[in-house]
Amino acid sequence: MIESAPLTTDVPATLVDVEIVVNATPHRLELDSATTLLDALRDHLELVGTKKGCDQGACGACTVLLDGKRVLSCLTLAAQCDGRKVTTIEGLAQGGELHPVQAAFIRHDAFQCGYCTAGQIMSAVALLEEGRTGSDAEIREFMSGNLCRCGAYPNIVAAIREAAAARRA
Amino acid sequence: MASFEYVRAEDVGGAVATVSADPGASFLAGGTTHLDLLLKDAVIASHRLVDITRLPLRGITRVGDTLSVGALTTMEELAADSTVTERLPFVREALLLGASTQLRNMATIGGNLLQRTRCRYFRDRNVAMCNKRSPGSGCAAITYGARMHAILGASEHCIALHASDLCVPLVALDARVHIEGAVRQYTIPLTEFYVTPGDHPDIENVLDHGDLITRVDVPLLPPDARSGYLKVRDRASYEFALTSAAAALVLDRGTITSARLALGGVGTVPWRARDAEGVLIGAPATVETFRAAAAAAIQNPFTVPGTAFKVELAKRTIVRILETVSGVSS
Repeated sequence: MIESAPLTTDVPATLVDVEIVVNATPHRLELDSATTLLDALRDHLELVGTKKGCDQGACGACTVLLDGKRVLSCLTLAAQCDGRKVTTIEGLAQGGELHPVQAAFIRHDAFQCGYCTAGQIMSAVALLEEGRTGSDAEIREFMSGNLCRCGAYPNIVAAIREAAAARRA
Repeated sequence: MASFEYVRAEDVGGAVATVSADPGASFLAGGTTHLDLLLKDAVIASHRLVDITRLPLRGITRVGDTLSVGALTTMEELAADSTVTERLPFVREALLLGASTQLRNMATIGGNLLQRTRCRYFRDRNVAMCNKRSPGSGCAAITYGARMHAILGASEHCIALHASDLCVPLVALDARVHIEGAVRQYTIPLTEFYVTPGDHPDIENVLDHGDLITRVDVPLLPPDARSGYLKVRDRASYEFALTSAAAALVLDRGTITSARLALGGVGTVPWRARDAEGVLIGAPATVETFRAAAAAAIQNPFTVPGTAFKVELAKRTIVRILETVSGVSS
């Protein structure tokens, strides 16, 4: 196994203790201050369902819920989440049952390569809570922070439309 | 990789004292601009980040005909406020058109005022030429080509755009910014808060290092005013403006008795169009008046070949929003 060398040796890491509840499980982490929530999830908690797309706040692939609200984990420091609750794609299914939005994405074939899908689903779960599913136009506008390079948008909208209707029923 | 100390501020005074005393320290709020520039683009440096997000600077209160908005209120919270919906509808429009819901849940109002330019040369550390990053090094945007750049308030030293949508209606409304510094507390109109680049593009506003925006006071529109925000962009959603305009009018039997107009996507600072307001006030609400106002709004533009299209586009944006708000069209 090849060990990677640190990029710099002259700058000491500045560590910070973070207590964070992820998908209802409390964790205590010691992290470099510059660690983003995204990297903490993927590299320290091995929750790799949340994807790193642009890593710059433009694509939405890294969307998670922070205290119930959707945010971009690539532009959030893990240190800022101390004492807060995070929900990722791994936390949506309950007792082996997929979340209704997850099930709707599968029924409607709402993804191709799947890279943006975790972010799309987390955003859609929040969208339902926000009550912004009144029309296809509203769904499209309030999902516009999640890009899909495969262009699965029509099926994503169909999946969300159905999940919203089922929720209202 | 950036390396910095993370500190959580306990109170406003302590946060201001810490940053004021340390040239290498900076405030961290929503992080949507700051962490991007610090961690990803690596074009700014800070060895100590003072996280202010847990300070009691959040919330919206109405005092008479003024809405007092705590600096840490998020864009999403302000857009959801019932007074904003009723009495500042164009502020709500600008907020909702300004970013994705994820970003609106993170980004604060104080931070929105202080967002940095989207000039791609400024954000690319491989580009040596940038008077904003490295004073005196030149302007790559003017030299190599530009499109999403400013045509008003620009100079041969910098054409970087102020890309906020929210600030456009806020300058139209004469919003006031409350600032706490190490030695003084002061209040300044948002229209006087920003500094055009001149020959010092590195200076963007009146703040001293360590000054903290604590709240923004926004005067409400009169109940009989009509307002709107029009954003013209390359994509239907989730994109910065090529041009935008915020307008608020009061009409009395076809005559404009009050007018507020400001422009986005065209200025190095959020651009208040006072000359255009002068054309509108007292004039009949007609398309001819709107065209005259648009001509008055765009005077002495500084363009490069890639931005010249914005002169006509900005004028048409103004005419369109005035038509929409007034209900008068050609």
